Amino acid sequence: MPQSTPFQPRLSGLNQTGVWKLWAGYTVAPAYQHSISTEYYAIRNSAALLDTSPLFKLRFAGPSAETLLRHAMVRDVGAIADGRAQYTCWCDRRGYVLQDGVVLRLSSEDFLLTAAEPTLKYFRDLASDLGIARETVQDVSLDYGILALQGPLAHRILARLTDAADGLRYFGVTRCAIASHGVILSRTGYTGDLGYELWVPREGALPVLDALLEAGRGDNLTMMGTTALKMARVEAGLLLMDVDFRSSRHAWVDEQRETPAELGWAWMLRAMERSDRDFVGRGAIEQELATGSSRWTTTGLAVDVHDYERVHDEAGILAPRHEVYEETTMSVYRRSETPWDYAGYATSFHYSSLLRRPLALAKIPMDLAVEGTEVDLELTVIRRPQNVLARVHGGSFFNPERKIAVAEGVQNP
Amino acid sequence: MSTEPQSASLRYDAVVIGAGHNGLVHAGYLARAGMRTLLLEQRHLVGGAAITEELLPGFRFTTFSYAISLLRPEIVDDLDLVEHGLMVLPLANTFQPGLNGEYLALGPDADANYHEIARFSAEDAEAARDLDHLIARLCVALKPWMDRIPPNVRSNDPADLEALAELRAFMEGLDPEVRALGERFASSSAAEILDETFEHDLVKSLYASSGIIGSMVSPRDRESGLVWLFHKMGEYDGSPGSWGFHKGGNGGFTQVLARACEAFGGEIRTEARVRRVLHEGGTVRGVELEDGQRIEAPVVVSALDPRQTFTRLVDPADMPADLIEHLEGYKYQGSASKVNFALSDLPTFPGLEDKPDLFRGFTNLGPSIDYLHQAFTEAKEGRFSRRPFIDCCIQSTVDPGMSPPGKHVMSCFVMYTPYQLAEGTWDDQRDALGDTVQETLEEFFPGFSELVLHREVVTPLDIERAVGLSEGNIFAGELFDSQLFLNRPAPGWNQYRTPLSGYYQCGSGTHPGGCVSGGPGMLAARQVLRDAQAGA
Ligand SMILES: Cc1cc2nc3c(=O)[nH]c(=O)nc-3n(C[C@H](O)[C@H](O)[C@H](O)COP(=O)(O)OP(=O)(O)OC[C@H]3O[C@@H](n4cnc5c(N)ncnc54)[C@H](O)[C@@H]3O)c2cc1C
Repeated sequence: MPQSTPFQPRLSGLNQTGVWKLWAGYTVAPAYQHSISTEYYAIRNSAALLDTSPLFKLRFAGPSAETLLRHAMVRDVGAIADGRAQYTCWCDRRGYVLQDGVVLRLSSEDFLLTAAEPTLKYFRDLASDLGIARETVQDVSLDYGILALQGPLAHRILARLTDAADGLRYFGVTRCAIASHGVILSRTGYTGDLGYELWVPREGALPVLDALLEAGRGDNLTMMGTTALKMARVEAGLLLMDVDFRSSRHAWVDEQRETPAELGWAWMLRAMERSDRDFVGRGAIEQELATGSSRWTTTGLAVDVHDYERVHDEAGILAPRHEVYEETTMSVYRRSETPWDYAGYATSFHYSSLLRRPLALAKIPMDLAVEGTEVDLELTVIRRPQNVLARVHGGSFFNPERKIAVAEGVQNP
Repeated sequence: MSTEPQSASLRYDAVVIGAGHNGLVHAGYLARAGMRTLLLEQRHLVGGAAITEELLPGFRFTTFSYAISLLRPEIVDDLDLVEHGLMVLPLANTFQPGLNGEYLALGPDADANYHEIARFSAEDAEAARDLDHLIARLCVALKPWMDRIPPNVRSNDPADLEALAELRAFMEGLDPEVRALGERFASSSAAEILDETFEHDLVKSLYASSGIIGSMVSPRDRESGLVWLFHKMGEYDGSPGSWGFHKGGNGGFTQVLARACEAFGGEIRTEARVRRVLHEGGTVRGVELEDGQRIEAPVVVSALDPRQTFTRLVDPADMPADLIEHLEGYKYQGSASKVNFALSDLPTFPGLEDKPDLFRGFTNLGPSIDYLHQAFTEAKEGRFSRRPFIDCCIQSTVDPGMSPPGKHVMSCFVMYTPYQLAEGTWDDQRDALGDTVQETLEEFFPGFSELVLHREVVTPLDIERAVGLSEGNIFAGELFDSQLFLNRPAPGWNQYRTPLSGYYQCGSGTHPGGCVSGGPGMLAARQVLRDAQAGA
């Protein structure tokens, strides 16, 4: 039997499609309405709510929690203040990425982490290696449900239930009460928009969900399925495990493993220079950076709209633009004298209705990874391979000011 | 197929002795290569340890072997098996009941399995993923060596020296993690590996059973490591380590092999027991049947076990003394029995009455390493385990052709039942074993006995008598490192040849070993055909 998230009893009535899929053994809705665009635009123009409870949830607590996390994680949780969150990744000893996730620093002795795959034993073994009590790490997956409230009206809706979000800065964390239940609130998300995530204790799941839905009723608060979420995350340039990369842990060969730099996370490594913190994989990563041995990097590709139109026009069909989101491998070629000069591949493809252009996330050799560099992306047009012009585009494609805005009111569109 | 002697000619290019699945595969390959091939089987049906018999009208029993995993995929293609009816159905689930109503019900979805194991221990659930993955990586790395004629350590032939160098390079080139696991399997007991990996007993027992199947070892004995690895070397549709069930049982599978063999022009004769292999001046001449008939052939291949091949079909005095001496130390010590049931309905497990797919796979009764070890200890003293390990498989849940509608057949593989009993004989203990198995099933599935319409008990002695597998060892010799790969069945004689020119071996007593894999039959054919080419 699939597992049910704590919100499932309410959500099953809200899914109009009748379609469910499995995420980490839990049933989740790919979409709640037949129009994925409607859900998508709720993220970008009002607010949308996602049940992200299938993520594994770990608590690191006690006097050694920070030491353990500082040793485990590529980024330094010691560098953030209490009440802050950090997006980070963790590597194996060879510097290959195991997973990525967000650490919430509730206090200097209390941290929460989400992960896509089970990793309790991994961290506990690491604790043992350091002579830290294994119990420092607890799997609290069943103790909480997580809701992501994302979109420009997210703050306004939340403000009807609590004032905790008012001063909360981007990647800030706080505790608050909603519908009389203690909730851990962070200003984080996976959509690249203004948004919050709420860790709701299991027993408060339905009251909190109901309260949110009620508070958002007048603001077009819409349940979002995983497909709309994934469209938004491509626009935000955020990678998805098992789509854009896989964990080194269950890879077969090194070709399937990637370092942070190869995943385009060189920015996570910048602070390394300023400290000699010993973290798992550091030696290998330093070596990689020193010798420039990265095999590729991961970046966005903005597809040229005219070329995209042209290849479809020439074939006599309309260019697909409606709800196009794919997780297939598409080859990337160098634009050179040699035809079909293979350079890498894209792992996610999305026609952004908002930005009015097709976007991809791709792996390309380092020398091509220069902003604006032109490459060919291989599409399939009436079942034939067809190259279209695309340009390297680092970072996110969509980055509204409201995402990080501090000032009151800026959160509103 | 015929039972009549073919009077036209008593000369063949090749005679194969024993139509077990390896003899069938082997004869199929020789016939496919254009050799006039005759396959001789003592019984009225082909298949050896892979047969299906209708003991009660409408109920089809897999008398001996009952599941498939190690079948070498290239045989399927080479012998056109799909065309002849190959169909392997998935056995996707594993049900591991514990004592006190605990259980693990696993299926094909890795995430669901994680949550199921996490009910006992989240760390174990995570460790299981790591271990499964690492074992799969090891098996994939080893696969090329399963599927080639192993090098001969006693040979100075440049090809052998080269192959041995290749083997060393292969070991050194292995990913360190994968290599470490390989060394662990070779040097540790299943229990040692499991104690290091898991904390919960039921989870350990789920894995431990692979380490004892068909082998006279406790999960605490060092040999159980390799036995475990061996049972993971197969696949189901590319899913490493998974098992399937052939439509119509393993007898259905050997019927497919027989059709394929005949389609290539191979001749199969049943009820034709070979009394001895004829040879002259170190060269084989043919065979003599039990009824005195002689059949000439320049190539004679034994698909029987090493004891039969080297000491029964030929006079051991005609064999090199050191080989015979070595084979005297080769261990059979059969330890497994089968108890097959016809059931009026599916058994029920308290609390899981409404889980209809529970039995679509394997049910493992052996809830802890202690349980398995205790069962072994009794067998060590020369009596069958009073609470045996039982691997149950209700094949009619996936193949309705196995039983009348609504009714079921249940195959129970039982450990440990020593071939050598300290007291009495199997002929007078057969029913007692059946009762013990039934009582054990009753303990896990209350009301089981009321479902029993018919029961068949197959002891190690019955296996030896019916199939010819010495001492009833299901693999034609234990799967110990001293009896595998470079050593199967003996160092120097692991390349399917024998001391007699033209006399070959292709049974489970040769590399890669027992199980319904066809590997021995296929690789031996490669050797025979290569030698024929070199000689021509
Ligand atoms: C009870 C039991 C359960 C098993 N379960 C499984 C399982 O589920 N899955 C799996 O993969 N493996 C299983 N095995 C192992 C597997 O079945 C055997 O390793 C394999 O079938 C042996 O095949 P073979 O062709 O090498 O030899 P055999 O099947 O032993 O064939 C030898 C043949 O030679 C014939 N013969 C013997 N002497 C003579 C003679 N003098 N003249 C002519 N013919 C002769 C015999 O009648 C027999 O047909 C099991 C085995 C047993 C006994």
